[in-house]
Amino acid sequence: MKTFKLLVNTPDRVFYHEDVTMVELATSEGEIGVYADHIPLTAVLVPCVLRIHQEGEVHKAAVHGGIVEVLKDKVTVLAEIAEWPEEIDVNRANEAKIRAERLLASHDSCTDIGRAELALKRSLARLNTVD
Amino acid sequence: MASMRDIKRRRDSIQSTGQITKAMKLVSTVKLQKAKGKAENTKPYFDLMYETVSSMLAKSGNINHKYLKAGDSTKKAVIMITGNRGLAGGYNSNITKLITNGDIPKEDVVLYTIGSKGRDTLARKNYTIAKDYSEVIEEPMYSDAKVICEDVLNAFAEGEVGEIYLAYTSFKNTVVHEPQLIKLLPIEADAKESSDADMAPMNYEPEEDEALNLIIPKYMCSLIYGGLIEAVASENGARMQAMDNATSNAEDMISDLSLKYNRARQAAITQELTEIVAGANAIE
Repeated sequence: MKTFKLLVNTPDRVFYHEDVTMVELATSEGEIGVYADHIPLTAVLVPCVLRIHQEGEVHKAAVHGGIVEVLKDKVTVLAEIAEWPEEIDVNRANEAKIRAERLLASHDSCTDIGRAELALKRSLARLNTVD
Repeated sequence: MASMRDIKRRRDSIQSTGQITKAMKLVSTVKLQKAKGKAENTKPYFDLMYETVSSMLAKSGNINHKYLKAGDSTKKAVIMITGNRGLAGGYNSNITKLITNGDIPKEDVVLYTIGSKGRDTLARKNYTIAKDYSEVIEEPMYSDAKVICEDVLNAFAEGEVGEIYLAYTSFKNTVVHEPQLIKLLPIEADAKESSDADMAPMNYEPEEDEALNLIIPKYMCSLIYGGLIEAVASENGARMQAMDNATSNAEDMISDLSLKYNRARQAAITQELTEIVAGANAIE
């Protein structure tokens, strides 16, 4: 199967740089899967689980916002935060999820809905990565 | 000739100053190593971000977007990164000079300062300071850059400022640091990259306009973060060099004063001998 270079970078490190066959991620318009020879695309990432398919193996990682640039033989993900499952604190993510859900349920006029939704998405991305 | 006691006192004081500068040099060397490692880890992200955004703009041709043209206001926001501490040679003053001697008239500068040294210098010169974030320079985080970025972009969106600049010290290597003033907004798409005409046109998700709305703040944010990280490395590098010079100057002065001290001591002994001999002669 044809492979392409996947490069995942965060401000503090080069998170991942290898040849892969497919990558799944979520953009602001919905989830996409990218194989080699995809049409050029620049999209905005939302907090999601990044699934990296590599010769039958699937690696999962949580990414939180950023941009993705897809070229024919190369995919570059510039994420603000990226974490492997073992780096995620499940309890914290759970707490954050509950907190965000409470905020959203409260219908309080002073809650920042956008912020709470983003927090919920982030915690879900983390939890889904761990499962 | 100065008396033996005076010379000795002076030498001792220089010696203790030398010990302090030597210790400071060691401290900044360690800090530099840490900051340098961080700067090296971050570098690929910014290079990529810069490349992505410039190739994006080059490929998408002439688009009309609010971030790609200057605002109506003549005011210019300058994000200035200096240190909170002195004793780093010309590190802080190089950045403030960049602004005071720059092309932007004083009345038009609106400062967003990081680092109290630069802030105080320019506040004395009656520059307008919109906001200060001096506490972040010790340990800059990405979220700090985000906050600064949001504030400046809000000012831009509300028409308070027409252009945004970043003044920081770029870290070339341990001994070379260059003060730089770069323009963050409006972004100037450089025409040279559009020569790769064989590249397929870029698709955007969401629409181009909206994508730029989301991507450009991220781009700015990463440039500011990169500036912070490099500035920290440069500051420690500059301090290390300054302290190294101070230590070697102190050593030079100590050896000079030791020589003078020994001469004075010898002269005193000779004089005493002469006096004794003269006294003995007088008795005979």
